[in-house]
Amino acid sequence: MSLIEKTAAELLALQASGQATAAQIADAFLASIQAREPKVRAFMLVNEADVRKQAEAIDAKRKSGVKLGKLAGVPVAVKDVLCTQGMRTTCSSKMLEHFVPPYDAHVVERLRAEDAIILGKTNMDEFAMGSSTENSAYQKTTNPWDTTRIPGGSSGGSAACVAACEAPVSLGTDTGGSIRQPAALCGIVGVKPTYGRVSRYGLIAFASSLDQVGPFTHDVTDAALMMEVISGHDKRDATCVDAPVPEYTKTLNTPVSGLRIGIPKEFFDDGLDPEVGAIVEASLKQYEAMGAKRVPISLPNGSKLAVAVYYIVATAECSSNLARFDGMHYGHRTKQKADLIATYSKSRGEGFGKEVQRRIMLGTYALSSGFASKYYLKASKVRRVIKNEFDAAFEQCDVILGPTSPTPAFKFGEKTDNPLAMYLSDIYTISCNLAGIAGMSIPCGFTKANLPVGLQLLSPAFDEDRMFRIARMYEAATQWHTRRAVV
Amino acid sequence: MSLTVEQVKKVAALARLELSDADLAKMADQLNAILGYVDQLEAVNTDGVEPMAHPLPVQNVFRDDVPVPSLPVDAALQNAPNRLADFFGVPAVFDTDEPVSH
Repeated sequence: MSLIEKTAAELLALQASGQATAAQIADAFLASIQAREPKVRAFMLVNEADVRKQAEAIDAKRKSGVKLGKLAGVPVAVKDVLCTQGMRTTCSSKMLEHFVPPYDAHVVERLRAEDAIILGKTNMDEFAMGSSTENSAYQKTTNPWDTTRIPGGSSGGSAACVAACEAPVSLGTDTGGSIRQPAALCGIVGVKPTYGRVSRYGLIAFASSLDQVGPFTHDVTDAALMMEVISGHDKRDATCVDAPVPEYTKTLNTPVSGLRIGIPKEFFDDGLDPEVGAIVEASLKQYEAMGAKRVPISLPNGSKLAVAVYYIVATAECSSNLARFDGMHYGHRTKQKADLIATYSKSRGEGFGKEVQRRIMLGTYALSSGFASKYYLKASKVRRVIKNEFDAAFEQCDVILGPTSPTPAFKFGEKTDNPLAMYLSDIYTISCNLAGIAGMSIPCGFTKANLPVGLQLLSPAFDEDRMFRIARMYEAATQWHTRRAVV
Repeated sequence: MSLTVEQVKKVAALARLELSDADLAKMADQLNAILGYVDQLEAVNTDGVEPMAHPLPVQNVFRDDVPVPSLPVDAALQNAPNRLADFFGVPAVFDTDEPVSH
């Protein structure tokens, strides 16, 4: 097995035992990027010279006997929505084509503090709005399992680069499924932490009450490790909770006894691809074989209405957050001569892509005088109804299991002209963000066409440690996480 | 009820988005399709339900009112589309014949 197919934990062990250096690891991934990127197109930016410099610094630090961080010498790819000091950050938008952040996002600071190597910035749907990464203003990232198909989105670049072994781990963001859905479609692990678990400082905001940063990894061990590094209090994000971070990697291999798995019947209704359904059902049987008890539950609103609530709440928040892109302080300013208001409108008309404009429009309308109560207020009330459904469900079960995505990866262009069809590809993931709970996707099988399928685990808020144990139980009994795409 | 192109134009003005006539018409169709889907929410009985704007019971976070270091001027201005000395250059806010530098 070559270096590029290793997990972060394996790369750490190889360095600790002297079998590999950080520089060798960096070179292996840079070579992989060079070979595979023409097909995968996951990266917006890779600064080779800087990556080598970072790696050599880690090797020197190791030689000098200084204690190294938890991710020493591990290359990490970062979604281009997270600010990186001195490193262009575009949100895959023309609006931020030349934007170079003057500071690091909190999660990037945490990676650097633990001696990780920032490998590069990854492609995404513009401003994280989309489910296929086709909304990038720059390039179409492909699915490493079948390059005629989309990788999922919005964190498609971060998912594809790990699946293609161009990076061992990466960071993405999840507002309605943007980590879990691409993880599922690319056959890897993706975690959406509890709202407030990870600081959003330096994350370019889409919908502030829904956004969370989380990792993509090959397996659950690496996910736990990454979460240990990025979680925890940061006073620069007023919604980041001041609660101790459990050592997830220490408890990971302890199975949960008397496990009760909640199965929402609505997640298996019409709309679920039968082949995906059968693969997910087999994974539920695997849990039962390990002693878990199946608990039928119901999330009537959390399934059917989540998408409708989301496309009001998220667009309302986005219309407010994206008001900052006015062409004055940073970002695109129109070259046309115009007065102040027209300069705003032209800059935004030129700088934002179609989906971003559509969502700003929808959110502006949903908040406008005379319609705010019909749309935003109503959606906010149904949001609480959905949260109450989850609270009631978790009285009866420890974790909720089901498919992450209703279908495997679809073809390019299949849904681009039908926004609603695209939105419905997040039908199982969105309610988790609305309720603010934790969720993750783990690989649970492949279709006959060799496309990966993901199993979604949803757990109560701040219960990541148990969610990882439950995910690891399945992983330890199966081999899906060891498969690597051939690019 | 569906949105007319005129209404969409008004929303675009509120959102400070300049859209072409063709885009406005297409936008009206797409927004109407999405709003039609959203109308399902009306069927949910939400009498007495407190709206939920946020997943956590968030509170104001206060800090002492003391000066702390902030971004240096050059760093704060490094992305300015039009830097004029130590300021952001912007089009005139009030009607004026002064030329606007871009």
